Amino acid sequence: MKITILDRILLLATGLLAAWQIVVGIDSLSTIPVFAYTIAFGVLLVAGWLLIILGFDVLDSPIVVIVSTIIPLSLALGLVWERLSDYRILYLVFVILGFLAVVITRALPMKKMVQVIALAIVHGVAGMTIYLLPIIWSLTGRAAPGFALVGVGGALIGIGGLLLSFLKAGKPLLSRVTILKVLPGLLLLMTAAFVAGFRFG
Amino acid sequence: MKFVLSKIRLYWPLTKSLQTGLLLSTGLAGYMSARCPVMHWYDFLGLGVSLFLAIAGSTVINMWYDRDIDAKMARTCARPLADGRVSPGEALRLGLVLSVLGVGMAVAMGPLYGLIVFAGLFFDVLVYTIWLKRRTCWSIVWGGISGGMPILAGRVYGAGHLDGIGILLTMAVLFWIPTHILTFSMRYHADYQAARIPTFPSTYGFHATRVIIAFSSILAALAISAAGVGIGVQWGFVRLLAVLSFGLLLLAVASVLRPTERVNFGLFKYASLYMLSAMILLSVGAL
Repeated sequence: MKITILDRILLLATGLLAAWQIVVGIDSLSTIPVFAYTIAFGVLLVAGWLLIILGFDVLDSPIVVIVSTIIPLSLALGLVWERLSDYRILYLVFVILGFLAVVITRALPMKKMVQVIALAIVHGVAGMTIYLLPIIWSLTGRAAPGFALVGVGGALIGIGGLLLSFLKAGKPLLSRVTILKVLPGLLLLMTAAFVAGFRFG
Repeated sequence: MKFVLSKIRLYWPLTKSLQTGLLLSTGLAGYMSARCPVMHWYDFLGLGVSLFLAIAGSTVINMWYDRDIDAKMARTCARPLADGRVSPGEALRLGLVLSVLGVGMAVAMGPLYGLIVFAGLFFDVLVYTIWLKRRTCWSIVWGGISGGMPILAGRVYGAGHLDGIGILLTMAVLFWIPTHILTFSMRYHADYQAARIPTFPSTYGFHATRVIIAFSSILAALAISAAGVGIGVQWGFVRLLAVLSFGLLLLAVASVLRPTERVNFGLFKYASLYMLSAMILLSVGAL
């Protein structure tokens, strides 16, 4: 499917928002969250550029699954490191092992079931961390109400991840055309939710 | 008025506006790396106009000299000189007038600045195009050096003297040029063969060319990052520069490991966007 002008504009806006977040939005944080958020928003930015330049065909690359794992993992690590100091090392270990598990199960010849289980656990835990923690913290007053928007971003990234994963697994939830039609808008909404959540949280 | 407009429309493609614009942006970024925020707008305007005239002038002269090659290549045969819409004499006069105006203005603005602008024109027209381009694929090194002159000129004009950061910025453009030119020479390999222009792909093969592109991308990214730190660009901008550099490296490595036409041309486009973004970041980040 050919990428349209509107798709390019949406992806450009996504890239600009991600760039703004990298430059301005995380300046006051400590080293690990800055590093983690830079990776997450950096992947979003570069992915947006590559989609603009190479078109949707770039999504057919096998590396997409690995790259799309980096975003939730690094976002979740940043959140935990920033606000759940007791679980920092545990979560860092999970992130490293989780990432390695996804890479290894993709790189070596393995049963599809093993690949799916690794992906489901890693995406599931990271996704729930990004989705639930900000909302719980906002509701319990441990963070400003605006921080719940990070959770909204987490929900959107979950939807995007599910659509793409099932598409790549050959069992699409929606048709490929529909997924590609909504993807640029979904990426923009998700990035906007994250940026706004961090700004107002 | 109609006559003037039609002439501008005819001459504009001779300046390769995108390439000229990109080189001009490096010159302005070089200046802003030393003088941001810009307080003297007449200086900035003078820099922009003199650089534009000199770069556009040398590009027109190059196109005048290469008109026989352009006529043989499918990609360039519709250019105004190659298809006869502009006569060679007219193009040469235009190129010389623009060049003399640009260099003259630069010399009047500052002797050292003028010397560097002149050096850019000298390396580009005489060394790269007329002397080496048809003889050796290594001519691109001189093309790269001339491509690095606008940013050095801008930096020197802003700082008032030649410094290490200026040299680093020049190195960044010099190492970036292979990513830009070599991906192009792979895409239009047949054209260059038809015109008998030696290129890296025709001399050393496609794989070696891709490896060279990957290495030069790494060096360009390192030089730009080092220049950014040296300028004192805020950390947020350094982070963003690192992210964009990583994207460049990723594509360069992908073009070596999984070479396809799409990845190759993607790298060409990304490299242009990368350089433009890096220039903006170095300018704005120095605020």
